[in-house]
Amino acid sequence: MLVMPEGFLFQFILFLAGGLVFVLSALFVSRLIRPNRPSIQKQMPYESGEMPQGPAWVQFNLRFYVLALVFILFEVEVVFMFPWAVVFGDAQLHQQTAGSWGWLAFGEMLIFILILFLGLIYAWKQGHLDWVKSKPAVRDVNSPVPADKYEAINEKYKRKA
Amino acid sequence: MKGLLDQQFENGGVIITKVDDLLNWSRLSSLFPMTFGLACCAIEFMSTGSTVYDMDRFGMVPRATPRQSDVMIVSGTVTFKMADRIKQLYEQMAEPRYVISMGSCSNCGGPYWQHGYHVVKGVDRIVPVDVYVPGCPPRPEALIGGILKLHEKIRNESRMKPTALENLIDRNG
Repeated sequence: MLVMPEGFLFQFILFLAGGLVFVLSALFVSRLIRPNRPSIQKQMPYESGEMPQGPAWVQFNLRFYVLALVFILFEVEVVFMFPWAVVFGDAQLHQQTAGSWGWLAFGEMLIFILILFLGLIYAWKQGHLDWVKSKPAVRDVNSPVPADKYEAINEKYKRKA
Repeated sequence: MKGLLDQQFENGGVIITKVDDLLNWSRLSSLFPMTFGLACCAIEFMSTGSTVYDMDRFGMVPRATPRQSDVMIVSGTVTFKMADRIKQLYEQMAEPRYVISMGSCSNCGGPYWQHGYHVVKGVDRIVPVDVYVPGCPPRPEALIGGILKLHEKIRNESRMKPTALENLIDRNG
């Protein structure tokens, strides 16, 4: 069990309070001294001198997220393949292991690519690679609950006219 | 609340003078220009920032936003299309802000004085200018001369209330 030294809590609180006082006093002094002249133009988003269209806090299409994810997937794949290629072609390692090194490295990379390929198939099947998405179709659901059960409840609590 | 540096003092004597010296020295030693060029003068402006003329020795590092910059070097022909942007950028700079008008075009319209229907005849019709640098375009040495002139101007700034009018009244009254 960790044993705290004597007066540890006091020192800890003192340290926290000291840090807080330091930061707050610096902020207070700068507020006292600095010129403060806010204007509409200064509080606008900076658009290289253009008039901004709407606020800076805008929503991006959520599909960019999947696109970025797929991009990172394959970028990292390529990044890993370059150092692998250097080690793969190492003549000394090939000689020392009588050629089995090449098969080992090749197999490992094959597994790596296969896993990423499964990801690609998944993204493809989900339609993430097509920018224009197909319209979602309403599917018939074979529910075991018959529809007249809901109707019975709605009928029971129907507002009396 | 009005900041301490925004006020004008009636009498402060030696303390205000020393604070003035410190403030002016620190302001003129790190004049950040805005990264901003309009025409061929901008090439000379870039050259001023290069290793040969080394703008950095005056503490001048170009900033990419008006919120961090102290001086706006209007380097080139100010067309009416750009005038809106220049005004907007000037308004977005934090005080104290200074403007150097670089080259004949921004000083007075230059070669576009008579027939340039699209050129602002002097950027001082839009924003207040502190230093004019003549030339078409001015060499980097000329721009550095303008910067030193601006240093001189800042060095003589004071937080004291101007007294020339009071002196005049005292003498005549």
